Amino acid sequence: MARRAVTPILLALTGCLVVDTPRGPFDAPKAAASQRLMQSRKYETRDEVKVLHAAAALLMDLGFNVDCMEDEVGILVASKLRTAVVTGDVIVAILLSALARNDVPYEDRQKLRASIVTHLTGEKSVAIRATFQRIVWDSHGKIARREQLNEPEIYRDFYEKLSRALFLEAELP
Amino acid sequence: MTSVKCVIAARGAVCGVLLALLTACEASSRHLLMAPEQQSVLRAMQTRAFDSTDELSMLRSVIATLQDLGFVIDYGNAPLGIVSATRLEGHSVRVMVSVKRHSPTSTAVRASLQVGNTSVTDPLTYQEFFVALSKGNFLTAHAVE
Repeated sequence: MARRAVTPILLALTGCLVVDTPRGPFDAPKAAASQRLMQSRKYETRDEVKVLHAAAALLMDLGFNVDCMEDEVGILVASKLRTAVVTGDVIVAILLSALARNDVPYEDRQKLRASIVTHLTGEKSVAIRATFQRIVWDSHGKIARREQLNEPEIYRDFYEKLSRALFLEAELP
Repeated sequence: MTSVKCVIAARGAVCGVLLALLTACEASSRHLLMAPEQQSVLRAMQTRAFDSTDELSMLRSVIATLQDLGFVIDYGNAPLGIVSATRLEGHSVRVMVSVKRHSPTSTAVRASLQVGNTSVTDPLTYQEFFVALSKGNFLTAHAVE
């Protein structure tokens, strides 16, 4: 009898839970429009190659190595390897290792990637879209994180530097 | 007598380990040239033709579509008509798209998708990509025989 009473309550409770369905490979991100806005800018020039070259020079100044550049389709891909060590995380990992008598890993190194795509838009401007992502390995050599970087400051800072390099004002698309 | 038995047992164990190692090598390397079952069916679901002869413009709309779907472009080559992209969300989703002339009036686009270590063979997934691409380039996607 009691079990009969409990079942509908359980069903009602689970009905309230928000189940996050896994995203399909070709499902657009939830914030696709705002992401596009954050990642894109427009420059008043018809010289797409000049924009690509300025972006490549800027990325090289920031320590990236250019992996691929194809001006016919407006693609530039660059990457750099850097440390991912955060002192606080290492201290926590050491303490946890001592407590658990086990080697608790901490984030050790990361590969940062930048992907830039340009295309002509309208009659006198070039649209540019930048995306940044990173892969982080832990101290055991395993991949700890794979993620796209979505902090607006990163993109703002990048476009400020690019505008200075191009001597042009970046406009929102 | 006991020592003879021990030697035989040891030899058996060594042979067993060698056999296991050999089969392990075979098991992992055989994937190199292994085509998925029903290759022609897979190719058909991965390919669509568009009524356009501008391959470069098609390649650019593929790139824009992939970016809108949250992918980051890894590589692109205009003369070869190839673009590859990755999306990192806990696991990695990798897509490679090729664009080439299909007929005097149309261009074929083929997408190949891999989630983690597994190739995607679900027709609806590819359908979703071609729907998004059609919306981006205002062209209708036709099945390719």
